[in-house]
Amino acid sequence: MTTVEEPRTSTFDDNDQKPVGFGRMLRKEDPRLLRGRGRFTDDVQLPGMLHLAILRSPFAHARVVSVDTSAAEAAPGVKAVVTGETLKGLGLAWMPTLSNDVQAVLATDKVRFQGQEVAFVVADDRYAARDALELIDVEYDVLDPVIDVRQALAPDAPLIRDDLEGKTDNHCFDWETGDADETEAVFARADVVVQQDIVYPRVHPAPMETCGAVADFDAVEGKLKLWSTTQAPHAHRTLYAIVAGLPEHKIQVIAPDIGGGFGNKVPIYPGYVCAIVGSIVTGKPVKWMEDRSENLISTGFARDYIMRGEIAATRDGKILGIRTNVLADHGAFNGTAAPVKYPAGFFGVFTGSYDIEAAYCKMTAVYTNKAPGGVAYACSFRITEAVYLVERIVDCLAAELDMDPAELRLKNFIQPDQFPYTTKTGWVYDSGDYEPTMRQAMDIAGYAELRREQEEKRARGELMGIGISFFTEAVGAGPRKNMDILGLGMADGCELRVHPTGKAVVRLSVKTQGQGHETTFAQIIAEEIGIPPADIEVVHGDTDQTPFGLGTYGSRSTPVSGAAAALVARKVRDKAQLIASAMLEVTVADLEWVKGSFQVKGDPGKAVTIQQIAMRAHGAGDLPEGVEGGLEAQICYNPSNLTYPHGAYICVVDIDPGTAQVKVRRFIAVDDCGTRINPMIIEGQVHGGLTDGVGMALMEMISFDEDGNCLGASLMDYLIPTALEVPDWETGYTVTPSPHHPIGAKGVGESATVGSPPAIVNAVVDALKPYGVRHADMPLTPSRVWDAMRGRATPPI
Amino acid sequence: MQVPAPFEYERATSVDQAIGLLERLGSSARLVAGGHSLLPMMKLRLANFDYLIDINPLHTELGYIRFAGEGAGGEVRIGAMTRHRELLESDELAAAFPIFRDAERVIADPIVRNRGTLGGSLCQADPSEDLSAVCTTLDASCVIRGPGGAERVVTMEDFHVGPYETAVGDGEMLTEVRFPLRPGGGSAYEKVERRAGDWAVVSAGAAVWLAGDGTIADARVGLAAVGPNTTGIPEISAALRGREPAEDLYEQAGAIAARSCDPATDQRGSADYKRHLADELTRRTLRTAVARARS
Ligand SMILES: Cc1cc2nc3c(=O)[nH]c(=O)nc-3n(C[C@H](O)[C@H](O)[C@H](O)COP(=O)(O)OP(=O)(O)OC[C@H]3O[C@@H](n4cnc5c(N)ncnc54)[C@H](O)[C@@H]3O)c2cc1C
Repeated sequence: MTTVEEPRTSTFDDNDQKPVGFGRMLRKEDPRLLRGRGRFTDDVQLPGMLHLAILRSPFAHARVVSVDTSAAEAAPGVKAVVTGETLKGLGLAWMPTLSNDVQAVLATDKVRFQGQEVAFVVADDRYAARDALELIDVEYDVLDPVIDVRQALAPDAPLIRDDLEGKTDNHCFDWETGDADETEAVFARADVVVQQDIVYPRVHPAPMETCGAVADFDAVEGKLKLWSTTQAPHAHRTLYAIVAGLPEHKIQVIAPDIGGGFGNKVPIYPGYVCAIVGSIVTGKPVKWMEDRSENLISTGFARDYIMRGEIAATRDGKILGIRTNVLADHGAFNGTAAPVKYPAGFFGVFTGSYDIEAAYCKMTAVYTNKAPGGVAYACSFRITEAVYLVERIVDCLAAELDMDPAELRLKNFIQPDQFPYTTKTGWVYDSGDYEPTMRQAMDIAGYAELRREQEEKRARGELMGIGISFFTEAVGAGPRKNMDILGLGMADGCELRVHPTGKAVVRLSVKTQGQGHETTFAQIIAEEIGIPPADIEVVHGDTDQTPFGLGTYGSRSTPVSGAAAALVARKVRDKAQLIASAMLEVTVADLEWVKGSFQVKGDPGKAVTIQQIAMRAHGAGDLPEGVEGGLEAQICYNPSNLTYPHGAYICVVDIDPGTAQVKVRRFIAVDDCGTRINPMIIEGQVHGGLTDGVGMALMEMISFDEDGNCLGASLMDYLIPTALEVPDWETGYTVTPSPHHPIGAKGVGESATVGSPPAIVNAVVDALKPYGVRHADMPLTPSRVWDAMRGRATPPI
Repeated sequence: MQVPAPFEYERATSVDQAIGLLERLGSSARLVAGGHSLLPMMKLRLANFDYLIDINPLHTELGYIRFAGEGAGGEVRIGAMTRHRELLESDELAAAFPIFRDAERVIADPIVRNRGTLGGSLCQADPSEDLSAVCTTLDASCVIRGPGGAERVVTMEDFHVGPYETAVGDGEMLTEVRFPLRPGGGSAYEKVERRAGDWAVVSAGAAVWLAGDGTIADARVGLAAVGPNTTGIPEISAALRGREPAEDLYEQAGAIAARSCDPATDQRGSADYKRHLADELTRRTLRTAVARARS
């Protein structure tokens, strides 16, 4: 791995012991995770615990005529069998989704996608529960399914959502942004207009750990304890409170260690509710863990946008406007995880990193007989789709103008002095300096040399491609004035308590699924109050232990919760300063903060450390007038804006002309996420996201046959990349701090997933230039590349 | 966790005891070798059996690569329980039949290769099974043992009856696969996959035997994932025999391969593309096999 970074020799040192927070530091959680001592939901074992298995629909669309559970109930080890009818009696057959739609917990009237939950069994062990499913006799009346999204609104299309009052078609919602007329005017006077249909196929987050829960309802206390695979424990608790009518203080949601989320663990799934009902019905703790196929066929998918992109420019390459029309497949229930006022997530940033005159998007979303979801799969709420659209269409323009794609981008970047920059769709980019990032990527790549090599290879009939993408992300949702999920504002709480001996505990409302919160947040606190990261305990994931907040997704932890952590530490530091002034018998103004201690200005010999102050705060002797004992603070941080990280990615591919196999030879990623807290963790996030990008660009897709059978029901069918498909990542960075974030940090969790697919696709299309190819849709499997080479590039859906 | 339906399990103590159990239990019983084809199907409940007879204890008896005789008339005998990993790592085997190492490098992943067996691969009779293509290419024959120690030997053509169907009867077991050793031989294998460890989109094996004058004495091509069975293509052998190795000859062979196979469009690729690969990979493997035969 090549990295333009501080020298590796200084790598980790003893940063965890130093009072200075930022820098490389091994992850505090890794000794636990690497030694197999992590505690995941499936590790929870409770006395008397029973196991739950779910019966799922084999059909994509069918009326449920009858469900006979008698044989299953009589099976050995079975404690309860519950159907939709049972839940109906409890008022629990339906539940709200994160997008203000409803979703069936267990089907009562119809099944609307293959894999939908129909009934569940609770038994002594998972084998007995699973075996009993075979004994449930369901009679279905099979209906025509709606699978082809383009036919969903046809007048004769079967109606999927007849559960919704007055619904007569499969229309889900319409959404638009930008100015249609202004954009039309710009297009009318442009020298060049390029149009391209672009599909972002349905993909699945496929975390290593599937979803699951252990529910333990104590009927005497009236208290529910729920361990579950959730990225948003507080939001889930409030929703359970609303759905189940239990008060929040009687619900404890615990997200233990999580084996990857990627947005898959944001929604509430029927299985969680089933586990709760199972525990209430049997009076015993109940565990539900879905298997791999259940995870792939029934939980939140991502993408599934069919986009028509149009770009208008002058002959010399000044981009004037971008316009798009999107058909969005939302599956059987609209379970999209996004702030409610943003039904298309943050797709509105499809104008990218360019200073243009006009933009317009019109979107139509429809229901189909496919799994619900549309989760924020490492996509910052649909920015993946937006960046893919703009970076693909800009490349199409470059081809049309016969201009180098790097040059075209450089020519159109928003300039540093234009920030804060308001886009034509109303987003206020906080800060950015794009050209140095782009130049650095080109330098690492040796861009000019690569183009020379490509020319030589082309002359010999070899296929080599160079692809660029430049992205601006919008993360850290979000300001509560316009961002909420089901009425819950997207602010985050944080509590910091310094113990008498100067060790500390910080309590977060967000929850790691592998991002390294236990390290990053300790470093933020360390940076602010000078206590070494090793002495800071990070508590998260348990609603009884942590303040309210909306959880970890959309790269929001550092921009929102990270800001909360910095500010709560500053509150503690302010109080520490008051105490220090008493200890040193000087005024507050006479003190200066030198990492880890307060010193009398001009007299470094007179100083007290944060540890000494902590002891004094809890110890004997009077404190200054009006200062309470203890050293702790809490905060709820409401961000004033999103943060806008950016990055320049360059991908080099080679294609075997005989077999059409794509080999990613090199990948250069230069990221700007503002202030860098732990560069090692940032690189880890980037490496993972880039790997994800290779998967989506080259192999991943959840597809269906015409009957609605999911063809990606196992990891043999739904391919995710391995180490062999990815090159050694070459990373670099620039730093443009966020002006409104207390430490200038922007999120980075999803940057690479957002930015990499267009770089790879652009590289493949570039390689195929001798064949006259201008576009080919993902996933670029050998067969699809071969089709493209023959002029037969067809959309995957 | 995916869980199979309940089944009874017994560890075999000898080949004949295993065959005795099979005879007694009939079609409700199955042998489990590496388990890497059988168990996934059972976990997905695509297949349910009442009894599993574990033949892994027979690895000592049936896990071997033996050379019997030298040169013409000699053969290599490989026990049915020989694991992918053993086939991959055997230098002797790679020297005699480089196609084995070529193929084993691209079959599944180390975890599967540590357990999966030659016998299991052939008996699974999946049309995409790489070792079936290798055995077809090398003109192997299969030793099937039945009740009372009765043995019969069948060619690969006769062994594969259809997709997932072999000549092995209910009370029988595959014990050994035999590969004739012929002078002047070279062989190679190529596979196109969507991702490392994935099943083949298409794969092809080729073996050639050169006469003293450098012409092709005999040649065979075996394809996987292009039809219901992995079968050799006699027309290619006929077209190559007696000819001087050359590019246009490989092209001719490739064209025959493309038109002789019967691939289906699926998630791995279109039928057209697979047909093209049959052509492309036939040419590539013949080229390599000839180069190896010459060196
Ligand atoms: C993730 C994964 C990827 C894979 N990728 C590939 C690949 O790329 N290429 C490829 O070719 N294969 C691949 N395989 C299959 C792998 O090679 C299997 O090991 C092989 O197909 C079966 O061998 P086994 O010993 O595991 O057989 P088992 O699963 O134990 O048995 C398979 C069948 O053969 C029967 N059987 C086994 N031994 C005998 C015997 N001696 N006599 C009679 N019947 C017998 C069993 O009863 C069963 O019906 C893959 C498997 C997995 C899990």
